[in-house]
Amino acid sequence: MLAWTHAGPSILAAFLASLVEFVEALTIVLAVGTVRGWRPALIGAGAGILFLVVLVLLFGPLLGSIPINMLQLVVGMLLLLFGMRWLRKAILRAAGIIPLHDEDAAFASETSQLRAATPAGSRTLDPVAIATTFKAVLLEGLEVVFIVIAVGATGNLLLPASFGAAAAGVLVVGLGLVLHRPLARVPENTLKFAVGILISAFGIYWVGEGLRFAWPGADLAIVALALVLLAVALVCARILRSPSPSTFKELRS
Amino acid sequence: MSALVTAVREVWGLFVDDGKLALGLVVWCAIAGLLFRALPFSAEADALLLASGCVAILVASVFATPGRRRPG
Repeated sequence: MLAWTHAGPSILAAFLASLVEFVEALTIVLAVGTVRGWRPALIGAGAGILFLVVLVLLFGPLLGSIPINMLQLVVGMLLLLFGMRWLRKAILRAAGIIPLHDEDAAFASETSQLRAATPAGSRTLDPVAIATTFKAVLLEGLEVVFIVIAVGATGNLLLPASFGAAAAGVLVVGLGLVLHRPLARVPENTLKFAVGILISAFGIYWVGEGLRFAWPGADLAIVALALVLLAVALVCARILRSPSPSTFKELRS
Repeated sequence: MSALVTAVREVWGLFVDDGKLALGLVVWCAIAGLLFRALPFSAEADALLLASGCVAILVASVFATPGRRRPG
């Protein structure tokens, strides 16, 4: 039986990261469905899912043939780049330096672009709509597949990580079916903050494992790394948010 | 062809946003792999040094971002 300290962080990281990706994909599918019709939107989304399944079936078995240290190093490096990218953006968003991601704004922008595109013929399939949802589902889905492989493959935790991602998918699609509008109330920056921390912690851990370093506390080092990253990220956001002495001088003058 | 270029660019964008951050992390991990074993530290110390470097690179990247309030 898997220990929760071992599987828990993988399930949580896969769930939270996939939640963000599914919300972004749902926003685009909803925008296309609303403006250009549900049939082409769902055909594009379905084709995207099918293509993803083919990719996973083709390349999934190759994972087992890669030496474990090489797998840990490569996956760790990719996780580190992916996680730090998210974490940096989340810190800058929390500090107000770059704007927060807004699903309502993304929905409005996508719908206006789709309205401006050439109208679909009534008898033909709508290639703009199909291509838009296909691309959105494929790209966001690729991120989900990468996250599941990255947090699961190296620790023999593919099943728990897949469970976390699937739970996020069911939750987002279920809410999308009920609400029929973008999930704007999902605290996306907070989620990206948490996911950036978790994925970066996994990345540092697996790079260390791949290089055959020894982590104090073994698997528990992932939790310690996440706590350190959380503390550093919060301090960075706080320092960046606070007004500098020059701002006070400007206010006084 | 343009679809392939777009796809490659999108996948690249998943991992690289700030080029200096990505390059810093890759170089630091390469240094860790090539040089840390030559240092007279334990394998645990090597791991902690790797982690400290990654965190320092993140902090440097965040504070080097244009648009933040400059001190003074």
